[in-house]
Amino acid sequence: MVDASSSAHGDLILKNLTKSFGEFIAVDDLDLVIPEGSFFALLGPSGCGKTTTLRMVAGLEEPTSGTIFIGKSEITYEKPYKRPVNTVFQNYALFPHLSIYENIAFGLRRRGVKNVDDQVQKALDLVELTHLASRKPNQLSGGQQQRIALARAIVNRPALLLLDEPLGALDLKLRRAMQIELKWIQTEVGITFVHVTHDQEEAMTMADTIAVMNEGKIEQMGSPADLYDNPRTSFVANFLGQSNLIKGSILDASGNSAVVDIFGTKIGLPVDRNHAHDSSVLVGIRPEKIRIAPVGTQMNGNILEGGVISDASYIGVSTQYQVEMPWGQELMVFEQNDDGTPPLSKGDPVILSWSPIFTFGLAGDQDVNAGSEAHPEIE
Amino acid sequence: MSTALMHTGTHEKKPVLTKKKLLPYWLLAPGIVWLFIFFLVPIYQLISTSTQTQGYGIGTYVQTYRFANFIDAITSSRAQLFRSFEYAFLATSFALIISYPLAYAVAFKSGRWKNTLLVLIVAPFFCSFLLRTVAWEQILGEQGVVIKTLRFLHIMGAQGHLTATPFAVVAGLTYNFLPFMTLPLYASLERIDIRMMEASGDLYANAFTTFRRVTVPLSMPGVVAGTLLTFIPAAGDYINAELLGNPGTKMIGNVIEARYLAIVDYPGAAALSLILMVTIMILVMAYVKRAGTEELV
Amino acid sequence: MKQASRWFSRNLIRIYAFLGFAYLFLPIIYTIAFSFNNSTKSNLVWVGFTWNNWLNPCGAPDVCNALGNSLKIGVLATFFATLLGTMMAFAMGRYAFKGRSVVNILIFLPMATPEIVMGASLLTMFISFGFNPGFWTIVIAHVMFCISFVVVTVKARIASLDPRLEQAAMDLYADERETFRRVTFPLVAPGIAAAALLAFSLSFDDFIITNFNSGSVNTFPKFVYISAQRGLPPQANVIGSSMFLIALVIVLLGQFVGRKRAGVR
Repeated sequence: MVDASSSAHGDLILKNLTKSFGEFIAVDDLDLVIPEGSFFALLGPSGCGKTTTLRMVAGLEEPTSGTIFIGKSEITYEKPYKRPVNTVFQNYALFPHLSIYENIAFGLRRRGVKNVDDQVQKALDLVELTHLASRKPNQLSGGQQQRIALARAIVNRPALLLLDEPLGALDLKLRRAMQIELKWIQTEVGITFVHVTHDQEEAMTMADTIAVMNEGKIEQMGSPADLYDNPRTSFVANFLGQSNLIKGSILDASGNSAVVDIFGTKIGLPVDRNHAHDSSVLVGIRPEKIRIAPVGTQMNGNILEGGVISDASYIGVSTQYQVEMPWGQELMVFEQNDDGTPPLSKGDPVILSWSPIFTFGLAGDQDVNAGSEAHPEIE
Repeated sequence: MSTALMHTGTHEKKPVLTKKKLLPYWLLAPGIVWLFIFFLVPIYQLISTSTQTQGYGIGTYVQTYRFANFIDAITSSRAQLFRSFEYAFLATSFALIISYPLAYAVAFKSGRWKNTLLVLIVAPFFCSFLLRTVAWEQILGEQGVVIKTLRFLHIMGAQGHLTATPFAVVAGLTYNFLPFMTLPLYASLERIDIRMMEASGDLYANAFTTFRRVTVPLSMPGVVAGTLLTFIPAAGDYINAELLGNPGTKMIGNVIEARYLAIVDYPGAAALSLILMVTIMILVMAYVKRAGTEELV
Repeated sequence: MKQASRWFSRNLIRIYAFLGFAYLFLPIIYTIAFSFNNSTKSNLVWVGFTWNNWLNPCGAPDVCNALGNSLKIGVLATFFATLLGTMMAFAMGRYAFKGRSVVNILIFLPMATPEIVMGASLLTMFISFGFNPGFWTIVIAHVMFCISFVVVTVKARIASLDPRLEQAAMDLYADERETFRRVTFPLVAPGIAAAALLAFSLSFDDFIITNFNSGSVNTFPKFVYISAQRGLPPQANVIGSSMFLIALVIVLLGQFVGRKRAGVR
């Protein structure tokens, strides 16, 4: 019998992992280490290979090549029932013919645990649904089913818990509440959580580390703040939140701050935030980092002049502006409505500025729009 | 700690899939063998018998590849052959007319009684097919209530009768195969999203147009399946003609049965069976092609 | 007047459905009613009410022998057809393999062939191989025409099964056998039960194929067919009515159990 609780521990290590379906390469030579005890998110648009990666770790899909390790033990071709890995399935996959209690006890019983009662009760307590033990799954609400699916997996104390779009079927309010609860449970039980989602907000709320996947490869990996503030590719810049990316060329990179020319204006870019390999660069700045003011206002930092507001939408906490620049590009500016000044309106000539430390530089040969269309709400 | 988890190298190759790949064939084998021996081989035997001729002694036949058996069979039983398809066509049409509103009512108008009504539609199935036919024979027969009432009301003369008429045979066929029509109809109607009908109403279609342009096209798979399931057994049936008809309402099934079991003319009966089977196949294929539904099973 | 006509048009479909059900049930009601008829011979005219036929269902010569044969044949044919058909359904519903479309056609053909052709062709084969028709030839024939219906019924159930449930079982330490035993089979079981019920009723009710391949063995439908020529004894009505009621109870129970299992309150 497999004893998941005391079996392989350690980091999840994927080496050169590849999965192709005929011509289509779903996961492309993936190298990844997920540290033990972390809450890790695989984030990407649908079809980026994140679910395939998860299924290979769970043993539900066989890799075309490459290896999977947990700590020192290889599990690449191990049967799913022999891995110390449990999954919270999309749409939960609760057994409709078994009671909630028996659903949770399922894994324990298969592993030959004699007295399951204690552990099942504890798992039910953890998700606060003790009173529903004798119900059948379809008598439960979506949120309750989600928690039972979690309890059913966690009760086995796996080395690794996989969550496949676990909150996708819940409404927004419930999703927010569950995000906080999942994070709390993960801290409580200390199991490594690997969470697959296309929802950037969900990933950022819960995960310690996020890997952004695109077309079978990892674009960038890091803490949520790191990914947001200092993206390395245009895909990440656009997929996580929104970015203004402006074509420019580096004139001088000798100091701590490089000098970049964008359409005749010189701006500063910290050298350690520049990821371009040559002088061709995409200058990036998040919309909420930009200050906007009527022409003639005194400003400092990086300054862009000659913009005209082409659209302004007031959304309560902030006002979102589209500003048409002299070179034809539209830039986004989000301004907090916190200083009592009336919002500017369409047609107003404006001046834009931001602190150079927020600027990031990306390789200039990338698609400016990569990742920005990949925001489907439904997968 | 399970030792199976301790593999550290890549020495454990991908699991060999041969065993898994053969499994479906093992699962299929007994059923296929059964259908092969007791369905395909007999059909082959039937084909082979159809061109044999009488040997020495009754019931013995030799293969002479006499294809004229088919011409003889058609010539001698043309009337019954046409009558079979005529009756089957009529019965199928009546069954469709009766079943469609019934299935529609159960699918959309029955509320919480839906499951109960569905059981009630299948329920007559549970009573023996022959008993039901005999019951009709007696209900409509000379001693039955219906005919006595009709005669009493002078709607029907003393000479008039209901059984032993083409009407009775078609009515019997219609009745007996009705569930085969109703169930597929119900299944396809039940799948229709009621919002589509509402959308049609929203888009300025009246109830009749909605029915004609939305409901009927969406229920076509059920109509095709139901008409096939009714037409095929009805065309080959001989019980209704036997119990409810007269010598002038004999169908092809009666002829085949008589040639097999009474006259012992195996080649003639085999030839007629094949003609029936092939004609049905051709009609079905033409029909399915026109109806544009490929999924039969 | 206007109100009445509006009521009529609104309830037209219900009135129609009521008439439809009346039509469906008229011969059943007739059969049940005449099972209580105190007639000794032909059971054509209502003589009077009696319990005697129900107390003595084997009263007519050969009726219980025929019923016994039908039940035995029904059980045997149901067992084998359900077994073979379920295996085939799993192969068709769960695996990709070569020759699938050929198998599909082979399964479809018996359902599209008129019974008389199947009955006649089987008899032709039995005769040419020197087989004497009898009890076992009936069983063989019934298994043959029931298999396809079992495959179709069970396959539909398997197709409606979410593959993630089996994956979840595997994920929760159930190996292939345990997954089948604990998850797949319990979830497909209602489909198998429905298929078995269908196979039994097809077998029990079959006359045409049986008539060709039964030799001198009597079955219940055969008994009814033969007796119908000279008048059916009321005991036949008793047996027909009980079969009808038993089947009805089984189906209603099945629905009830199904609902309880699904947890619908």
